[in-house]
Amino acid sequence: MAGLLDKKRDREEIQVPLAGMADIAFLLLIFFLVVTTIDMDTGIGMTLPPKLDEDQEPPPVRERNVLNLLLNAQGQLLMNDELANVNQVREQVVRHVTNFGEDPNLSERPGVAVISIKTERNTRYERYIDVLDEVWMAYFAIWDDAARSGEYTGGRTFRDYDHYRNQLGEDEDNEIREAFPAQISVAEPDRG
Amino acid sequence: MNQKFQKKRTSGEDKGIPVASMPDIIFMLLIFFMVTTVLRETEVQVRTQLPQAEALTKIEQRRFVSNVWIGPLRLPGNQLGETRVQIDDALMEEEEFPTIRNIMYRKLQEEPRLIVSLRVDVTAEMGILVDVQEELREANTLRINYSSRQQQ
Repeated sequence: MAGLLDKKRDREEIQVPLAGMADIAFLLLIFFLVVTTIDMDTGIGMTLPPKLDEDQEPPPVRERNVLNLLLNAQGQLLMNDELANVNQVREQVVRHVTNFGEDPNLSERPGVAVISIKTERNTRYERYIDVLDEVWMAYFAIWDDAARSGEYTGGRTFRDYDHYRNQLGEDEDNEIREAFPAQISVAEPDRG
Repeated sequence: MNQKFQKKRTSGEDKGIPVASMPDIIFMLLIFFMVTTVLRETEVQVRTQLPQAEALTKIEQRRFVSNVWIGPLRLPGNQLGETRVQIDDALMEEEEFPTIRNIMYRKLQEEPRLIVSLRVDVTAEMGILVDVQEELREANTLRINYSSRQQQ
């Protein structure tokens, strides 16, 4: 036995075989490759209104500042009491928010403009998202315009709103969003 | 050419591609994937075919996200049942909705920056969603996200 070992040592040096390590690492690598999901969650972000106390009244809003969107169970849309199509929503929201008091039926100024979406209990979720998406797209269009004009950003103009937002510091105020706050209210459907 | 190759071999300098650093490279990749992996911890028992939308935002901090699934139950044989709400592993019926506020309140205590991602099936009705949102308001978990796919 001793002789055999000696003989081996003569031929080559004894060392830990490293060739298999790569295989083991590969196997683990493939396992983690398969189980990894890098898909980021995307969606429409919203902030729910905080719960009001029993005796607390909801803040008063003037009627002209509210754009009412009503969705019924059949998927029909009423926009300020007129039957409308979903692809008219975006334009109407832009007009409503950026009215600056011109039209007496639309909002007084962007800061107080509210978009109210009301559904029925058996409205399909898909329809609700369609309408909500259009409202958000309208706000994105308004913000893009504001970023390009530079009116709210101290004279500096940007290619679009994303560029403006990305260059903001951690505790810098988002002037555009303050000038045009997205006030979307989701009204509770009537019971029954 | 042949002579040159032989000469090199005998001199014992160059023996081909160096493979010694390969395990290091592989390990580096391995560690990257180990760190980024989030093992799927729950099995979703309801179908959630997400709606399509344009105005999407990305949620980069996945650690803050808690999912709520709303959709028709998946039954054996590719059939769909009634619409249910699933949070973590628990399926809930309408009577059990008040427990949502406790679950969400606890989660909010653990992670104050909690975002509730609502993964709602397109066929779900607004009534059930509004009930869930009411519970979220009770729990004061106000940041929500209507999970949607990019519109084609």
